[in-house]
Amino acid sequence: MAEKVIQEEKRVFMTGNEVVAWGALAANAEIMYGYPITPQNEIMHYWTRLAPKNEREFLQTEDELSAGFTTNGGVMAGRRAFTATAGPGNTLMQEPISMAEAMRLPTVTIVQQRGGPSTATVIYSQQEVTLTTLGGNGEGLRVVYSTATHQELFDYTIKAFNTAWKYRFPTFVLADGYQAKMRESLVMYDPASKGIEMFPTEPFVGKEGTPGVDREPGHFRNTYNVEEELYDVLQEHFADYNKMTPEVAEYKEIGSKESKVVVIAHGVVARGAKAAVEDLRAEGFNVGFFRPVTLRPLAVPELREVANNADKILVVESANGQMDRLLKEAIYGCSAEMLSLFKPGVGITAEEIEARVREIV
Amino acid sequence: MSVQLAMPNCWRMESKPHKFCPGCGHGIVLKALGQAIDELGIQDRAVFGCDIGCSLLAWDFFNIDTIQTHHGRTNPVITGIKRANPNVIGVAYMGDGGGYAIGSQHLVNAAARNENITAIVVNNTQYGMTGGQMAPTTLPGQKTETSPYGRDVAKTGNPTLGPEMVSAITPDGAYVARGTVSNVKQLTKFIKNALENQMNGNGFSFVEALSTCPTNWRTNATDTWKFLEKEMSQYFTVGELKAPGSQNEEGQANG
Repeated sequence: MAEKVIQEEKRVFMTGNEVVAWGALAANAEIMYGYPITPQNEIMHYWTRLAPKNEREFLQTEDELSAGFTTNGGVMAGRRAFTATAGPGNTLMQEPISMAEAMRLPTVTIVQQRGGPSTATVIYSQQEVTLTTLGGNGEGLRVVYSTATHQELFDYTIKAFNTAWKYRFPTFVLADGYQAKMRESLVMYDPASKGIEMFPTEPFVGKEGTPGVDREPGHFRNTYNVEEELYDVLQEHFADYNKMTPEVAEYKEIGSKESKVVVIAHGVVARGAKAAVEDLRAEGFNVGFFRPVTLRPLAVPELREVANNADKILVVESANGQMDRLLKEAIYGCSAEMLSLFKPGVGITAEEIEARVREIV
Repeated sequence: MSVQLAMPNCWRMESKPHKFCPGCGHGIVLKALGQAIDELGIQDRAVFGCDIGCSLLAWDFFNIDTIQTHHGRTNPVITGIKRANPNVIGVAYMGDGGGYAIGSQHLVNAAARNENITAIVVNNTQYGMTGGQMAPTTLPGQKTETSPYGRDVAKTGNPTLGPEMVSAITPDGAYVARGTVSNVKQLTKFIKNALENQMNGNGFSFVEALSTCPTNWRTNATDTWKFLEKEMSQYFTVGELKAPGSQNEEGQANG
């Protein structure tokens, strides 16, 4: 690897897509496979400009199926490989991700959400939560980080590679078109300078030695002959996932465990929700804020504590209840009443959230 | 008395006898591939990818690193590996459905990019694993489960000519041939040429192998061979279509 991409901490003002490209470089990502779709295109644009100067590779594929499957190949060759997509591309991406789930491939996928269903709108939405957390024909054995700021886009792009390679579950950074396209300040850094070690990578195939002579061959499959064989494999995956969950589940909160009304939001909407809650608290209202950073897996024990203490929970999202469904599963049987402010595919301001809280508080 | 079985060195004894039906051509194609790998001494560098369909049954066939992928997606997986580790000799192994139907966009684009991998498509004129449905390669008039009265080309088109297509869209440097399990020596040579082409960094190499499926053809040994030799070979011309450096491409010549 060439010399460090970022020598010392640097304050910058850039778009989210540019941040992702820099974050992947800083994380020592070695190859990106991608296919154009708005609003993630500039990740590829920046990566293709930065990659040759930093001994990194890029392949533009024929579609997202190919982008996903080449990414699977890239990680099986032992490289930090990643891709980025959105909307209908994320739909196609679910097929390779299901292979990654089945074979525990440490792929990293950046999703810049756009409106849906179908082609819909190209800039903003939170409607890819269900697809990203639970898509494909499987059981949702993946990690999904929902970012809210450009600093987090940088931080979690780096973290996604470590989570993927440490736990061997496909890992996502879930953002949106606002985050992708708007400019914001952040501090870029070399992960080592913050004590972040990049988890080592290891090839699945193409290792040293002749298979069958010096070592056993790597035989990797996702198909099974009998139901019991698959069942046993999945039990192992579930056990690994459950063991990982307390180590990776993340959230942020303000007074969520002692407030009678708690607003729950994720991603960029959580910024509005946080601002609304801070305003209301300054006025003396008994209102708290909870933001799942990982949408999969969720921080279930903490959410249940919130939902057993509060009288009302207000779920705010730019979707028609996609996170709400995940939350309801997590807090099933808890005592709080569930209320909602859903605006699928459009932004939600702090003022709207504040007004809704005043109605229910 | 121990019997010395004529198996390539890179075959994995523990997974033999193999999982294919009696009379299936896959074993012969994989023998040709195994011999070519042995002759080139690349068992340590080869990565074998198999598709969905009958080809997946080869997931533990060789003492070679192997990945069983999804239907039609073996070309991109092997492409991804090769791009990430160019030292690997990548082999994407699939049936005619994976190559010419569900994965056709991957085949076309890997060929157009002159991706430095080797793709092998086994053509047995129908979908074997799923029970004998019509494939892009089903011959005109041929009966399958989804063309029970015979393939009607007016409604379903003519059989795909894979090597001819790949030959037309690849730049110089690509290698394209069609062999048959009825001529193992020639098929082995074609596959060896294809692998050498990749080792030389010339670009995409592609071999279609005409193969047999008595289970779904519902044929005895005699009729199986007759269909391969008379019907299939008549429509699908065997020979090298493209090789780097050859002044006049051998085209339709029966090699």
